[in-house]
This record gives sequence, C-alpha cells and structure tokens, in this order.
Amino acid sequence: MIELKNISKTFRTSDSTVEALKNVSITVNDGDIFGIIGMSGAGKSTLVRCINMLERPDEGAVLIDGVDVGSLKSKDLRNTRREVTMIFQGFNLLMQRSCLNNVMFPLELAGVKKADAKKRALELLETVGLPDKANAYPAQLSGGQQQRVAIARALATDPKVLLCDEATSALDPKTSHAILSLIREINEKLGITVIIITHQMSVIEEVCNNVAILDHGEVAEQGRVVDIFTHPKSQAAKRLVFPEGEQEILVENSAYRLRVIFGGAKAAGTPLIARLAKEKGIEANILGASTKAVGDKAYGNMLLSFADENSKDLAIAFLKSIEDISVEEV
Amino acid sequence: MADFFTSKDWLEAVDIVKTEVPLAIWETLYVTLISTLIALMIGLPLGVLLAVGDKDGIIPLPAPLRHFLNILINLLRSVPFLILIVVVAPLTRLIIGKAFGTAASIVPLVIAAFPFIARLVESSVHEVNPNIIEMAQSTGASPFQIITKVLIPESVPSLISNITIALTTILGYTAMSGAIGGGGLGKLAINYGYYRYKYLVMIITVILLILLVQLFQSIGTKLSVVSDKRLKKK
Repeated sequence: MIELKNISKTFRTSDSTVEALKNVSITVNDGDIFGIIGMSGAGKSTLVRCINMLERPDEGAVLIDGVDVGSLKSKDLRNTRREVTMIFQGFNLLMQRSCLNNVMFPLELAGVKKADAKKRALELLETVGLPDKANAYPAQLSGGQQQRVAIARALATDPKVLLCDEATSALDPKTSHAILSLIREINEKLGITVIIITHQMSVIEEVCNNVAILDHGEVAEQGRVVDIFTHPKSQAAKRLVFPEGEQEILVENSAYRLRVIFGGAKAAGTPLIARLAKEKGIEANILGASTKAVGDKAYGNMLLSFADENSKDLAIAFLKSIEDISVEEV
Repeated sequence: MADFFTSKDWLEAVDIVKTEVPLAIWETLYVTLISTLIALMIGLPLGVLLAVGDKDGIIPLPAPLRHFLNILINLLRSVPFLILIVVVAPLTRLIIGKAFGTAASIVPLVIAAFPFIARLVESSVHEVNPNIIEMAQSTGASPFQIITKVLIPESVPSLISNITIALTTILGYTAMSGAIGGGGLGKLAINYGYYRYKYLVMIITVILLILLVQLFQSIGTKLSVVSDKRLKKK
C-alpha cells in the first residue's frame, strides 16, 4: 500500500514561489491502477516524483508498505527505487545501448550476474512483445516500441509498483491504447500496483480503477473512476468529465427536466428514449448527452426535457425501474 | 616550370625534406599523441568532475572548490602558449631534467591542453539529456554508477569529436614548441624557413601539417559517427 500523507512542496526561485503541492493525501491499494489526473501545472509530475523521492516533499510523508521512504538512507532508498520503478513520457532510454542492454541496465546496477541479467532481459522483451529487437538500438525503434523497451526495463527488478509519468502522452491514440493494454496486462498478470499520471481523461477511462483529480496542487476529488464519472462533485472533476461545459447542455429554459445517469453495462445498450415513447407514450426531448465507456462498462449522463409535469413523473417512474439507471430532477 | 624543378632551391629543399622530414613527422606525431594522452588522463576526470559537481549536478561540489577549479582552468587557458612554455620551464626542468628539446616540450603541451580538454569534456557530459539522469536515479543508480554507466557511455560520440578538436589544437601547439627546440615539423619550418630563409622547406612542412590535421580530423569525425548509435539506420 502506498500512502501519501499531507504532502506539500513549494518551489522557490529568486523572484517567485510556486506551491506545487498543497497538503495532498492519497492512498493507493495494492494491485490497484490508480490515476492522477490534472491540467498542466497541476503538480502531478511533482507528486509522482515524491513517491520515489526524486523530489523531496517539504512536508508530509510517503509510506510504502508502512515504510517512510523519506527517512531512508541513500543505499536503502536506492533499493526501494528498484521496487518502485518508473516509465516516462520521453521513454528515457540510453541511446548508446542496445535494447537488450537497456533492459539489463537496472540489473547491472543491482549487481546481478551478466548471464542471469541477459536471460531475464530476453524474457522481458518477450513479455512486452519485442523479442526480435534485442540487438536493435533505441533510435531504430518507433515511439511505441521504445516505450515497450522502457516498460521491460522498469519490470527488470521485479517491482511492486510501476509509476507511469505521462507514459502515453507522446504516442498516437492507437499506440497509446496498445501501451495501456500492456500496462493493464502487467497489472493483472504480475499483480503490480500501477500509478498513472496523465492529463488525458481517456487514459483514466481506459485503465484506471481509482482516480485522484489534482487541481492547482490540491486534490479536488478522489474515488472510484465510475463514481467520479457519474457524479462529479468538484469543479475540476466536472471540467474533466464534461470538457465542453455542463452549462451548454442547459440551454433550453424548460421547467420539466431530468438528468438520467447511466451507471452500468446494460444501460447503454437499452434504447431508452424509444421505449419511453413506445411503452409509455411519453415524448422526451434530448437536450444533451455525454456518455463514456469506462473499462468495459458504459457510464454517462443524459439531459431530457418533457412537455409537462405529468409526463415527467411518469418518466421518472419508468426510468427508476431500469437497472443501473438513476434519475435526478434538475 | 621545368626550370623550377631543376633549380638549385628546389633540389636543395627536396634534399632537406628527404633527410629531415620522416623524423620530423615521427616526432610531431609522438609528441602530439603522448601529450594528448597525458592531458586526457588529467582533463577527462576533471571535466567529468566539473560537470557533475555543478550546482545542480549529481554530486554538487562545495562552492569554494568549484570556484577554485573554474578559476584555475580559466587562468591556464588564458596564458598564450609561447608564454606558458617559458613560465613552466622550471617545472619542465624538474620533471624532464632539462627545459629544452623534444621530450621537454611535452610538459607545457600537457599543461596547456588539460584545461582545454577538461572544458570540452564538461560540455560533452552536459549534453547528456537530464531526463536520462533522472531515469538512472529512479532506477536506483548511485552517483558513481551514473558517471560510469550513463554519463560517459552516453557522451562517447561527443567526447570523440571533442578530443579530435583537442588533438588538432595540440598538433598546432607542437609546431610552436619548435621555438624551444621541441622536435617535429614546427622546428623544421622555423629553422629552415624563418632562420635560414628556405621558404620552400617551410611551405612543404606547412603543407604536411595541414595534411596531418586533415587526417586526424577525418579519422575523428568518422569514429564519432560510427560510434554514435543514434545514427544507426532504421
């Protein structure tokens, strides 16, 4: 378990101070895929670097399985870093080393025998789907392939935790999807806890179970991804869930409005509006809708308006009878 | 033209070139390479130390030591080579036993070259992407491992091309050390061309120096390119 307790960090330059993190507390459970999302400058990169002490927090503590990482001596900290490895936006491969030697790098640092290290590295290249690239150099690979090598390298020391710092931000959507699938596979097969830093909601939707929304160095909201998608409370969360703005949906000045919230798999497949019209004879006007697939389930939000109070009430009764759907009057 | 190649001047020059040039080339090469090698042994660690000892480096040095090293290097680099030869003469006498001759020219050459090499190495090491250093730290590398396994191997192509610059500069300096009796092409050019007005000999030796510089530079550039794994074809 990773516990970030009241982390604060301020950067001071000669003419300005930036409070990158303000009293941030987050708990990540073992085996979780935890997303930390925020706009540029929200402090998410600083936060993830506090976990392995690349950045030292000014206040607060980082506990990994109960051990206060900030109090470790440099040798013990280096050992901890072998258990909490990291991949980066820019891949950060050693450009003068072959892929095999890149994957062997952490093992070399740890003093693993060369033959053993090579065997392990070859296995890992197989795991990430690049068994034929062992002798290639990073410059000969595409971005997606380079990130796969970086993932293999990060797995070399059998880590408990994988930190992903905008790991897919430099990749095109298709490649990004493939890398995220690989990360999920690693999480499921090896039981490695994953912490993903991103500014893209799509990344959170695709792989994360839990999410913390970071806004100006503070945690605006955290919880299960499904809950935040269906009931965003904070302004920062709403901005991310409804990037086009919630207000735009509320254009029509009708008094009889309902928000229909989809909270599970089947709901999205049900032709709701059609059934409302056919079975109940109620005509509903769709003012706006925003639905998303989270994992393999669909979640979302639809705003309907009705001609009068009566048909609205009938619609509420009907909609409430359907599983995984909730209704609120707005 | 035919007159020229049968002229007394030309025949005399050819004679001198034939008897003196092979030894002079040998002396030039040997002094250049030995001096560069010794200067590298001092300059390489010093340059790495300057780079990692930076204020934001991986092993920040105490500010007074950092300033001392920087001032020392700047000081040595600002003294003109000809003056340096004279200034370090006592030291040369102490090390070599005399302040005159081919072996003696190695001392001022090394003293002139190592600060220069240190600066070149410093800039090569600084070229390594800081994100890669961060990666190494996040992987559990100690500062020493970062130096030996990341900074130096990653900057090899740049180091080779910078050392080539140093080598050709030192080659130029060896020609100057002809002034204190350091052997080589420089001595030949000064002795015959300057003191005895045999301009033809001077021109021929200068052409030979040009060819040597070209040769070193071509080999260095080639090695740098070949060693750079970033330039491997897809």
